[in-house]
Amino acid sequence: MADDRSTPAAAVRLTALTKDFGTVRAVDSAELNIRKGEFFSLLGPSGSGKSTLLRLIAGFEAPSSGRVELAGRDVTALPPHHRDVHTVFQDYALFPHMTVEQNVGYALLVAGVRKDERRARAREALATVRLDGYGDRRPAQLSGGQRQRVALARALVDRPGLLLLDEPLGALDLKLRQQMQTELKQIQRTTGITFLLVTHDQEEALTMSDRVAVLDGGRIEQVGSPLEIYDRPATAFVAGFVGMTNLLRGEAAQRVAGRPGTYSIRPERIRITPLDNTPSPTLPPPATVKPTSSPSPTTPTRPASDSGPAESTRATAVTEAAPITAVPEAAPTTAVSMERSVTGRIADIAHAGPHTRFLVRLDEGGDRLTVLRLNTAPALPLRPDSPVRLTWTSDDAYPVPN
Amino acid sequence: MLAPPLLWLGLAYLGSLAVLLLSAFWTTDSFTSDVIHVWNTDNFRTILTDSVYRTITLRTLGVAVAVTLIDALLALPMAFFMARVASGRWRRALLVAVLTPLWAGYLVKAYAWRVMLGEHGLVNAVLAPLGLTGPGYGLPAVVLVLAYLWLPYMVLPVFAALERLPTHHLEASADLGAGAWRTLRLIVLPAVRPALFAGSVFTFSLSLGDYLTVQIVGGRTQLLGNVIASQVTLDLPLAAALSAVPVVLIVCYLAAVRRAGALDSL
Repeated sequence: MADDRSTPAAAVRLTALTKDFGTVRAVDSAELNIRKGEFFSLLGPSGSGKSTLLRLIAGFEAPSSGRVELAGRDVTALPPHHRDVHTVFQDYALFPHMTVEQNVGYALLVAGVRKDERRARAREALATVRLDGYGDRRPAQLSGGQRQRVALARALVDRPGLLLLDEPLGALDLKLRQQMQTELKQIQRTTGITFLLVTHDQEEALTMSDRVAVLDGGRIEQVGSPLEIYDRPATAFVAGFVGMTNLLRGEAAQRVAGRPGTYSIRPERIRITPLDNTPSPTLPPPATVKPTSSPSPTTPTRPASDSGPAESTRATAVTEAAPITAVPEAAPTTAVSMERSVTGRIADIAHAGPHTRFLVRLDEGGDRLTVLRLNTAPALPLRPDSPVRLTWTSDDAYPVPN
Repeated sequence: MLAPPLLWLGLAYLGSLAVLLLSAFWTTDSFTSDVIHVWNTDNFRTILTDSVYRTITLRTLGVAVAVTLIDALLALPMAFFMARVASGRWRRALLVAVLTPLWAGYLVKAYAWRVMLGEHGLVNAVLAPLGLTGPGYGLPAVVLVLAYLWLPYMVLPVFAALERLPTHHLEASADLGAGAWRTLRLIVLPAVRPALFAGSVFTFSLSLGDYLTVQIVGGRTQLLGNVIASQVTLDLPLAAALSAVPVVLIVCYLAAVRRAGALDSL
């Protein structure tokens, strides 16, 4: 697979691809290379242009400008039925007047394959999606998950060069969705067919894909492996959309991270420790002296101890630009990574199965940081309003290019 | 709650049908044309044995089938264009264009065709440069005018079915390698089949029962409708017996269509 990186005949190559709907630019000069045999995901919120991009590749839409190449061949002007691509539609689009087997064998029927061979191969495809014996049923007699499998079998039956999946798991419930994620990945690996998945679910994209393209407003913001996307987000949008993060901008970034710019600190990178030496919640020594003198006019000044329910609804993982005075503590001057530390009070605690999520209001400036802590570690004696210290290394504050 | 409407339906429809059927078993005095209330099956025997009536019945059936086929062939591309190609304003304009003739009087339209089909009418005038002449008055004219009259009844259900057809089904077909023609045959036609049958119920039964068009543009053509109309004053029981023929034909047709599953969507 490694040599495929250098071969020019990528499974999909998009060049300056643009699609306008009236005055709306749905896809804005997209450049993309998808390798053969890759499981690739287009990730973005609704309206980000990911589905339009998929439809441009399938041939359901004609681009306003730019080029679509499949396996080294320019297909920009070709209709869908002349492209070596099959699609699994979000609503499955099974033909209601045909049996499951006829649905699955449709591509073969159209290609002029003889009836007995058609049946054999349709059954084989149904077996790969574990639907043996369902061939004589009608789509209406199947459950959502089964229809999804039929749609998959129908698209895989003649081994297309590229399989497009348009939010294929969106209509399934959580358990089934996770099961299908594993299965899809397995089918992709055994068939070796290039999969291009469109999804708004970042977890789905990260867990299933070899590489991910994150889209926003018709633009491809970043292309990379799930790890790269998560650890080194190329834009503030990617940092905020993929996973949970603490986004620091402006003065907050300068003071918290010690450098100007925009920084993303993943909540699981922050260590939280109780400040045991200050048992009295009314008089914590390091902070609570400054909050009333917050100089920023954009941030409403409010006392640090105020943590009413109305506040917690506003609690997002992204902190706003506000002066946060870091408490620099034991920073070794020669080391590449420096320890950073701030103090604050617990604003909210949420137990989420494998981990606990703490929302901490910083003593300086009153802004909030989200912290994730695995529950495998010994439980901390923390409750709302407990004073805590947050520490991380400067490497964990990843600079997000603007 | 249901009793009054049911009673009304029973009296108005089934009652009159029963009276019609009942009178078919009476007979007429051939001199005075008075109805003689004596129970017999002579009228039905006449219809079944007399070759004149058999020919007329078959001719009427042929007209109804021809009109239905022509309407289906015309309605499919029209409805497809309206439902899947035309957008917004175009679609509304076409829908109005299909509906408007329904609001115009039947006789007006039939006589308009009579004028157009006349010797110096529009049809001949248009065909003359091509060295052709129009059908004139007669059986082809009857088929033509009936097909025109009942076309909206075919276009509307087919249009509705095509509009309901999910775009994804057409895209999926193309995506799996089918060109336009195969998609039409394998996906679109099966989807509109019930609508075609539903429309054909109208075109077929309306054609069977029509008696004015054949009088206006049919020349000397005899169909069940105008034979019945002419018999009403001469031999009412025979006319009643003849009326049973289209009723039987339509019931048979409905049964066949029902077996094809076309009435499920009505």
